[in-house]
Amino acid sequence: MIRLEGVGKRYPDGTVAVDDLSLEAPRGRITVLVGPSGCGKTTTLRMINRMVEPTSGRILVDGEDTAGMDAARLRRSIGYVIQHAGLFPHRTVLGNVMTVPRLHGWSRARARERAREVLELVGLEPAHARRYPSQLSGGQQQRVGVARALAADPDVLLMDEPFSAVDPVVRGGLQQEFLALQERLGTTIVLVTHDIDEAIRLGHRIAVLREGGTLAQFSSPADLLAHPADDFVADFVGADRGYRALSFQRAQVPIHAEQPLREGTGHAPGSGEAWRLVIDADGRPLGWRHTDDPEERLRLGGTLAQQDGTLRSMLDAALSAPSGRGVVVDDRGVLVGTVRADEVLRAIQQAPRPTGDTVRTAEGTE
Amino acid sequence: MSLLGVDLATVLELGQDHLLLAGVPLLVGLALAIPLGWLATRRGWLYPPLVAGTGLLYTIPSLALFILLPGFLGTRILDPVNVLVAMTVYTLALLTRTVADALLSVPGHVRQAATAMGYGPARRFLAVDLPLAVPVISAGLRVAAVSNVSIVSVAALVGVSQLGSLFTDGFNRNAMGPIVVGVIGCVVLAVLFDLVILLVTRLLTPWKVSAS
Ligand SMILES: Nc1ncnc2c1ncn2[C@@H]1O[C@H](COP(=O)(O)OP(=O)(O)O)[C@@H](O)[C@H]1O
Ligand SMILES: [Mg+2]
Repeated sequence: MIRLEGVGKRYPDGTVAVDDLSLEAPRGRITVLVGPSGCGKTTTLRMINRMVEPTSGRILVDGEDTAGMDAARLRRSIGYVIQHAGLFPHRTVLGNVMTVPRLHGWSRARARERAREVLELVGLEPAHARRYPSQLSGGQQQRVGVARALAADPDVLLMDEPFSAVDPVVRGGLQQEFLALQERLGTTIVLVTHDIDEAIRLGHRIAVLREGGTLAQFSSPADLLAHPADDFVADFVGADRGYRALSFQRAQVPIHAEQPLREGTGHAPGSGEAWRLVIDADGRPLGWRHTDDPEERLRLGGTLAQQDGTLRSMLDAALSAPSGRGVVVDDRGVLVGTVRADEVLRAIQQAPRPTGDTVRTAEGTE
Repeated sequence: MSLLGVDLATVLELGQDHLLLAGVPLLVGLALAIPLGWLATRRGWLYPPLVAGTGLLYTIPSLALFILLPGFLGTRILDPVNVLVAMTVYTLALLTRTVADALLSVPGHVRQAATAMGYGPARRFLAVDLPLAVPVISAGLRVAAVSNVSIVSVAALVGVSQLGSLFTDGFNRNAMGPIVVGVIGCVVLAVLFDLVILLVTRLLTPWKVSAS
């Protein structure tokens, strides 16, 4: 657990980057610091591993004041990932990942073995291990950056805009993998971003900072969307926060049976529907086919909703399917049935408005 | 065997002297320039005096330095040590700026990542900053090598023998042969230095080769 107590940073030139910031990043959870550019997010993050020394307040890691620790040793116990990965250009991928274990004094062989393990963990092909960073794509570099940070199995990981330099197409997948990885490892993470969408997608707890480095709101994502503490937060969270809030709501939505076509079986007896869902041998949806289409083209597209998914994913599945029937799958990806947009909306209408938990602002408790 | 009227064994011997008089100061100068250049980047206010100060040394005429140094060092005027020290001074003059600029060229995010990984300052310098500065340092070293090969020949005027002795010899005897042989020898040496530096740089920077 990381605890900031009235932490402030005034740079020598007089800039107050962070002012009297108090918050707690709970163990095993993702805490996101979000806010406009220049509001002190990077400074806050760097004060945790003492790359920047606070000018007031104190920071505790697992109850111990970091000010009394050896800075280099503290940093070795905390993983750190930055925007452009910051990989060492003169070391191979493997050499980069071996860095912290070697600093811990591990033997070369043991460090190498561990590096191979983490590279696999972050989904990088072993063939890349001998390459230099300049030979990798941005997304691959970012994976190596994460692997390097995780190599010595730190309890705490600090991440500064880890996904913002990555191509948007790759970003979604990386974020998804990142969430799965965090869940698996149970690492305590503090992540900085300027992107409220990313904050809501990744954070268990979100701290919204405002210009001048003060805390505007610290709460769960659902709560942030439902109860912005003030105009600044409401503005920052954005106009479509009502829709985003659906990401945290689940409700019973009628699921209709679908009569799918098995791929490769050609014309099946008509069900009277113009659009037929095509599934593979295992029952996983492949796409939609229009019965009048002479070439029997498969239309991809249409997001899939999980059986126990959120109202947002249900609505999105219904809105994005060419047939208007949103595809619902179970946790193995096998077709369960379809949902209709009007019925999802009815469920939204009937669902209680989110209340979330207590809002904590810079001033105290609401 | 002789070349343009100059005994080949003599040429080889002079070439060897030349090689040592230019090469040893190159290495010593580099070894001194690295800590000085590092110091210049550590504290912003140290950069101008250190870089400009050492740079000024290069403007001292070599003949003057060869003649003045015995007074400072307590050596005899014909002692090759004078030449070695003078050449080290010139190397230092060229390389301090090079090393400082090379260290400053290391990308900030890489340096910060190294600090964040838990490198202490000294270890970071050796493991990250210095290896990444090699390409720029090497470029400066090539210039310094050629400059050394050229300046050393002046030492013939104070009686320290090397390829430059062929120039004084040719001048005294009014013969073109030794002068041409001396020039060829200097060029060959300069090319030799260049090749060796390139080769070592290649070995030290495998990531550069494979990146292109
Ligand atoms: N080394 C520094 N010296 C002086 N001011 C700084 C320094 N680093 C950051 N700042 C200032 O502190 C404020 C917060 O910066 P930063 O923490 O980088 O914000 P963010 O990461 O939220 O964009 C900005 O106004 C920035 O200009
Ligand atoms: Mg920042």
